[in-house]
Amino acid sequence: MIEVMNEPKIAPMPVTSAEPLRRVGPPPPGEQPALLIEHATKRFVVGRKKKAVIAVNDVSISIRRGEIYGILGANGSGKSTLIRLVSTLLTLEAGRVAVLGHDIEREEMAVKRLINRVSVDAAFFKKLSPHENLAYAARLYGLDAKEARAEAIRILARLGIGEKRLSRPVEQMSRGMQQKVAIARALLTSPTVLLLDEPTTGLDPRSKLDVQAFVEEVRDTHDATIVLTTHDLAEADRLCDRIALINDGRLVAEGTPDELKSMVARDHGAEPSLESVFMTFTGKSLDEDIGDNDNEDDE
Amino acid sequence: MATRELRASFAFVERNFNLTRRYWGWEVAWLVYSLAAALAVAFIGVAQDDPGLLQVLVIGTIFWNFLSIVFGFIGETVTWERWEGTLEYTFMAPVRRYTQLVGSTVFAVTYALIQMVIILVVMMLFFNLEFTGGNFVTAGTFLLLGSLSFVGVGMMAAILPLLYVERGDQMVFLIQSVILLFSGVYYSTDVLPEWMQFISQFSPGTYVLEGIRGGLIDGTPVTELLHNVWPLVLMGVVLIPLGVYVFGIAERYAKRTGKLKRVG
Repeated sequence: MIEVMNEPKIAPMPVTSAEPLRRVGPPPPGEQPALLIEHATKRFVVGRKKKAVIAVNDVSISIRRGEIYGILGANGSGKSTLIRLVSTLLTLEAGRVAVLGHDIEREEMAVKRLINRVSVDAAFFKKLSPHENLAYAARLYGLDAKEARAEAIRILARLGIGEKRLSRPVEQMSRGMQQKVAIARALLTSPTVLLLDEPTTGLDPRSKLDVQAFVEEVRDTHDATIVLTTHDLAEADRLCDRIALINDGRLVAEGTPDELKSMVARDHGAEPSLESVFMTFTGKSLDEDIGDNDNEDDE
Repeated sequence: MATRELRASFAFVERNFNLTRRYWGWEVAWLVYSLAAALAVAFIGVAQDDPGLLQVLVIGTIFWNFLSIVFGFIGETVTWERWEGTLEYTFMAPVRRYTQLVGSTVFAVTYALIQMVIILVVMMLFFNLEFTGGNFVTAGTFLLLGSLSFVGVGMMAAILPLLYVERGDQMVFLIQSVILLFSGVYYSTDVLPEWMQFISQFSPGTYVLEGIRGGLIDGTPVTELLHNVWPLVLMGVVLIPLGVYVFGIAERYAKRTGKLKRVG
């Protein structure tokens, strides 16, 4: 049974673009990027005909510490595959990925300690309570269970989930609450790079706003670099310092939301909005599925 | 480093304990089924009015239950997580596979031991069984060695659900069935056709059950059952590291082909 709790509202933070003191843009020479992706390529063989599909095609990205970096793309464009590559859940065909200078293939364990991921499906043991799921996470990451419990209570209280609620099975929570617990679980391990793979997809508007406000708070209070994939252009505009557009596995545009908007207005005479940016660089609408390249479902 | 791995290994013990607690209805159902199955088999010995046969059947059914639980827990590790949707989360964590194996084994053996004791007590009460003169050190030694070898076989079997998303679990079940048939669980392997006796040599179950029967029924000390000890030691020593190694290869294959993502 899904139970929707009366959660205290989180006051939405003012919608701002990059704050004046935030460091936005690719790291200058000499500064180690939080996340470096160089010429990453991943292909899958799909279907009975063993057709090769390139899911990520020669993508290079360099993300500065503390940035919120958005990855936009239609369904099947390769953004989740890119997140899985960084999460060590897929191996690279070509190229290189490094987190704070640690190569993902040669120093896999070191990278795993520096990252965490929240996926579109919250990935919990549904019969276990949030407490039990978080205790499992804490022990996996070598944290003290008692300290982790106290921290989890604090984080979840901030997200409007009271302590009383933490002992009942996750399956009795709404999707929005599950997703908040998933973010709390990720934060528990203090990741240097937090990968948010469509964290608000499928959430009701209020839960979506709560999660977005929390991501902003994380940006302001934690020393975390956030990589966010999303379908939601308004969300990308609100949260991201920089945005990359992925189409058919290729990176087709990159910049701050304002830079991208100005670019389409100036060069293509389009309306200065992220919708125009998306249409201009991909020739598709966000809801369009890319059948042939929908590797994440077919692989 | 060792403390960290130990703590991580406890994660699997605690998680499995919590899952067992939360699925308590199923736990009761499985225990009742195991008890009923053990009693039903044991009644064959009663029907034959043969106390020796009764002992053979009781030992077979109780210890097979123990070994199959250990095998099942390890062999279905991937299936279980895939079903829950947590496979990617666990594989992303900074945990070595042997750490996961240690945690899963500790829980599996403890769980199987508890269930074994319950069934044993019920059987003893039901049939007034006594193992006077039985050598419990021998039985304990074979139980330990048997657990290790079954962990090794289970680890090898656990690769299948990783490689074959749809059919892997069914393959694990088939392996378990084959071990049951060839290991002389309810009979001596001497009654099997020659070709089956040949295959039974490769099943750890054969040695475990012979050893335990020798200890509990005949009171044979373990030193006189070395011909059953060394194959189990060999299987444990070879299969556990080999299982971890091959699992690593299978994990890499799954990461190359994207099979970790698939939800069963």
